Amino acid sequence: MIQYIVRRILQTIPVLIGVSILVFSMMHLVPGDPAQIMAGESAPQEQVDNLRERLGLNDPLPVQYFTYVSNVVQGDLGNSIRSGRDVGDEIGSRFWVTVELAFYSTILAVFIGIIAGVISATKRNSFADTGIMIVALFGLSMPNFWLGLMLIQWFAIGMDLPSWIPFLENTSWFKPSGWGSFSQIVLPVITLGTGSAAIIARMTRSSMLDVIGQDYIRTARAKGVKERIVIYRHALKNALIPVVTVVGLQFGGLLGGAVLTETVFAINGMGRLVIDSISARDFPVVQGTILVTALLFVFVNLLVDIAYKFLNKRIDLD
Amino acid sequence: MGKPNSYENILEIKNLQTSFFTKDLELKAVDGVSFTIPKQKTLGVVGESGSGKSITSLSILRLIEEPGKIVGGEILFKGENLLKKKESEMRNIRGNEISMIFQEPMTSLNPTLTIGEQIGESFRIHQGLSKKEALKKSVEMLELVGIPSPKKRVKQYPYELSGGMRQRVMIAIALACNPNLLIADEPTTALDVTIQAQILDLIKNLQEQLGMGVLLITHDLGVVAESCDVVAVMYCGQVVEYADVKTLFKEPKHPYTIGLMKSIPPHDQDIEGDLEVIKGAVPSPAEMPTGCRFAPRCPFATELCKTKMPELQTDENGNQIRCWMHTDEWDGVKDREVTVHG
Repeated sequence: MIQYIVRRILQTIPVLIGVSILVFSMMHLVPGDPAQIMAGESAPQEQVDNLRERLGLNDPLPVQYFTYVSNVVQGDLGNSIRSGRDVGDEIGSRFWVTVELAFYSTILAVFIGIIAGVISATKRNSFADTGIMIVALFGLSMPNFWLGLMLIQWFAIGMDLPSWIPFLENTSWFKPSGWGSFSQIVLPVITLGTGSAAIIARMTRSSMLDVIGQDYIRTARAKGVKERIVIYRHALKNALIPVVTVVGLQFGGLLGGAVLTETVFAINGMGRLVIDSISARDFPVVQGTILVTALLFVFVNLLVDIAYKFLNKRIDLD
Repeated sequence: MGKPNSYENILEIKNLQTSFFTKDLELKAVDGVSFTIPKQKTLGVVGESGSGKSITSLSILRLIEEPGKIVGGEILFKGENLLKKKESEMRNIRGNEISMIFQEPMTSLNPTLTIGEQIGESFRIHQGLSKKEALKKSVEMLELVGIPSPKKRVKQYPYELSGGMRQRVMIAIALACNPNLLIADEPTTALDVTIQAQILDLIKNLQEQLGMGVLLITHDLGVVAESCDVVAVMYCGQVVEYADVKTLFKEPKHPYTIGLMKSIPPHDQDIEGDLEVIKGAVPSPAEMPTGCRFAPRCPFATELCKTKMPELQTDENGNQIRCWMHTDEWDGVKDREVTVHG
């Protein structure tokens, strides 16, 4: 097992090299002179030259790449052009905000998605099944920035409801912005998790239906096993194998989706940092954030692969 | 486990009807099947694919799933009608008093649970044993079905076992609680010939040891001749002939049984030309003939056969036959020559 994990970590090295090349090239793929772009169009030539010199843009490309990588490996992601601060520090605390957001959203999505999927599959073609699948379709098709705005409107700002509706005069239960307290976390997590919950529900349903039709489920029933145990002990464990893959991929999607959610809810996370840095043409920060996100994604998928081992005994990891 | 032996037959099925319902159609997969399994005897059920053998066996355990439904009849197990039992009572019978072995050992075991967990589950459900006790019993069961180094095997997963081994595990699961009736649905079809013989011998030995009744579903007449006491021949969801094994092989009465016998290659002589076949194919359940279901393929069929369904007749020895030829109403050739090779 440990051997597998070590090997799997070593296997991520080529991926990371690929990512670093992409991130590095980003600056050079932008049309025009990066120094000019970063300094701004109206900047005097002298300032542009200084910036170019400072960023080492006069060196040959391979030398630049090598310098970049050796700095990154030493934990030096460069300095922000905007603030002059170390990019690592800029990302620092924001990194955990985004990870928390994505993590809570994943938990919510997995929890709701699996329960809804199992109910749907076991009560196939019933009213509940149709209902869940329609809701899932909505959840899937809803742009999350729009959902975020609606949630803010309904549950944070509050609506002018007719006075005869009981209990709902004041709907401002949650806070519309920021991150930290429970009332701040709820809405962004729902906003970000809804789409994934829908995908996981649909995946769980089809996977469960497939498993319920298998011979070994009939064997379990012929043994006299209770239906509830047939579903949760015999079927669900097998049905989760494809679902775990989806969850891993979804987590990556959530990191990307966090950009919009963080913007809507004014959360000071990595997503907003990227948006702000892009509009300020702060390339070192953009590069650093993308690199960190990619690392996180690779790491999560490593965890998914390890989770497989516990679910599917046929995958021989060693 | 048993109540006082106030019953003669371990299982008695009367006029069982199981249908599958589509939007506007009822497909009668099992249509009026009746047979009995005397205590500690083996009944062989033979017939082509689609004759309703497996559906009959699943009906006994009431494991028919939507859109299928048991529409009528009685299933008397130790004298009690299983169709009148509550679902919770049925669960106590399944895997405890009636067990089943399935055709496909490769897919009949859960890939994510160990062998020990799967055998032990029966003990835990029906005898309330602890995890540890159940595991110990599982080792004993594996020993009983002849799996070497059982202590190692209980910790393994199904993918680590061969097909023959897995079928032995299935048998161990089925026999865990010492059932009164074992239903074996083509237990050897998916296995190669040498393993087939081993598995059948194993079932036979265990039957003698444990004194259970066996319902053996097969399409292999060789297996029937070797291991059954009574035989029910099924065609299109009906029993067409029911007889003790000697009578059936010596004097098969139904033209379908005769056809089946003729299509076995004789082992003591060379075959010249082609083997005999029963011409035609099993009619689809949606287009069942109105008369005798075998009439379209029967070489002796008359107008009567094609228009009216024959009843199941019982003779003085308890053997049954569903064929107009064996009634007084028969309007065809009386003195037909029925020969079976050998």
